[in-house]
Amino acid sequence: MPWTTPSIKTFTPVATANEATHRQRTYREAIAEGLHDLLAKDPSVFIMGEGVDDASGVFGTTLGLVDTFGKDRIVDTPIAENGITGIAMGAAIKGMRPIFIHMRPDFLLISLDQLLNHAAKWSYMSNGQVPVPLTIRCIIGRGWGSAAQHSQSIQALLTHLPGLKVVMPATAYDAKGLLVAAVRDNNPVVIMEHRWLYDNPGYVPAELYEVPIGKALVCKKGQHLTIVATSMMVHEAMRAAEELKKANIEAEVLDMRSIKPWDKECVVTSVKKTGRLIIADTGHRYGGVAAEVAAEIAERCWDSLKAPIRRITMPECPVPAAASLEELYYPNYKDIIRTAQGLLP
Amino acid sequence: MNIDDQIALQLFQKMLLIRLFEEKVIAYYPEQEMKTPVHLCIGQEAIAAGVCAHLQPTDTIFSTHRNHGHCLAKGLDIKKLLAEFYGKKTGCSGGRGGSMHPADPTCGILGTSAIVGGGIPLAVGAAWASSMQGKNEVSVAFFGDGASEEGTFHESLNFAALKNIPVIFVCENNSYATASPFASRQPLTVSIADKANGYGMPGVRIDGNDVLEVYRVAGEAMTRARQGQGPTLIEAETFRWMAHVGPVDDTKTGHRPAPELAAWRNKCPVQRLQQLLLNKGIINSNQEEKLRHEIDTDLEAAISYAKQAAAPTKEDLLNHVYAD
Repeated sequence: MPWTTPSIKTFTPVATANEATHRQRTYREAIAEGLHDLLAKDPSVFIMGEGVDDASGVFGTTLGLVDTFGKDRIVDTPIAENGITGIAMGAAIKGMRPIFIHMRPDFLLISLDQLLNHAAKWSYMSNGQVPVPLTIRCIIGRGWGSAAQHSQSIQALLTHLPGLKVVMPATAYDAKGLLVAAVRDNNPVVIMEHRWLYDNPGYVPAELYEVPIGKALVCKKGQHLTIVATSMMVHEAMRAAEELKKANIEAEVLDMRSIKPWDKECVVTSVKKTGRLIIADTGHRYGGVAAEVAAEIAERCWDSLKAPIRRITMPECPVPAAASLEELYYPNYKDIIRTAQGLLP
Repeated sequence: MNIDDQIALQLFQKMLLIRLFEEKVIAYYPEQEMKTPVHLCIGQEAIAAGVCAHLQPTDTIFSTHRNHGHCLAKGLDIKKLLAEFYGKKTGCSGGRGGSMHPADPTCGILGTSAIVGGGIPLAVGAAWASSMQGKNEVSVAFFGDGASEEGTFHESLNFAALKNIPVIFVCENNSYATASPFASRQPLTVSIADKANGYGMPGVRIDGNDVLEVYRVAGEAMTRARQGQGPTLIEAETFRWMAHVGPVDDTKTGHRPAPELAAWRNKCPVQRLQQLLLNKGIINSNQEEKLRHEIDTDLEAAISYAKQAAAPTKEDLLNHVYAD
């Protein structure tokens, strides 16, 4: 179906190493491999969610796992997001490490009571006696008229209340590494994947490695401006940086990787060097991740800033269906380039 | 003393502890040192005692905002619980939870939710984990009649039945959600216990003020759960004597009719068992008086301990938001 196999024509993968020197896997394959190996290694890990054992296998990421690990560990669930989140959490506090999968972040919104009133607060309310090692995956959709309830990017909403961790892998390497880190973490971690990155290849080591939660990645060094990006926008930022390079503008591109906690020091260090900051996020502007980063940097790097901080985000409307409106809705590398040019003398 | 008599006596001791504990909270509450909203369970003691008598420390319970009775019945230390009410560092939740969020994993209390219906799926998940781990443990979800209107109740029953999970759903039907009467909230043609049938599990409606009946029915549910026969829903009819929250008689504030409370006070679960024990000669009035005195002494000591314990400080404020 078109919406499950997007063709990303305007898209430049971050990782371009070749198979001979660096093992290549797609973002989808990296997740599938990570899940498989986590299940094989740790009997307390299991997967649950609607359709996790079906013929589509959550866009291919859980395909075949039921054949290897059986229905007791690859558990198809009723359509009851809030209750099932509580059940997953109940299993987590009794010694299991569940991975609960929502096809879309939009559906996760139904579970906010169990996620925010319970899972996020349990460690604190119990004085650290009852940790919640729960991993939640969800996959941001986009395009083909997916519209307002199948394309939302809700990371800011999940980060407002203390207690959750939120990560957004932009590469195949991080898709596996952040998954492993999330499952081994003793806290509830929401992994927000992006559907349009699924076919994207990159370097993925065979072993179970962790990408530390809370650390950003410097994707490209530069001295003229800093672009901090999340998820899909990392790729738009890299493409923008390549174009800017042709005009002798060297952008430093940072992949946030982890939205909460986020790597403040990495961004501060970069902005102190470049004096200019653009934040490109897949979420909305109002109270968003870009706003949070902008506020922190304004507080800590005021003397280094040579230009106003700029945010590139989704506009203040729900995601529209019409192709013409989608085109207007999603900012891309051109918007980043235009914004960068406006910041430089 | 035969085994039934021993059990009856143990149930009485537990119910009396809960009753006197709550009365002690009422006695000290006006000092305004116990800065926590208390949801008292006077009148409902038989359910906590009758159910928890079947549980081991490794079995788990998930309670509600009205949790004091469940926690005491499950073995939570009175000093730790009262220190929690007084907001002290040595409270069972380090002073972060207060009356609504006790936790003590050493006696199977893996945290307490004060969101109506919030703890029900946690009980299902914990029981599910136990069966995945091959342990013969059960979980109990305690909740009120109001929670049976929440989605989590229905979602949890469905899943527990689907996966044959060793969980016991215990609904304490005290007829009121805060001050909203049952008749305003649910059709009277269907009981809460009836809803179990729709999910393919046994549902039993019992007199929640008859501790021996609670004990018997809960025991059957535990046996089913431990033998792999899945979940049971128990609806125990009861009545709370105090207001929804605080040491207040809410019939005087117009929230509930006074005659209704008066009728239920005549069905006092503690008095009822006490009379039975006296009639059968299991205890005499001297022993009963001595028991009350011992519990009172322990409670006074716990109050003193809680008052004198150290409060959490700045170093504690941001601890444990995240686990290591």
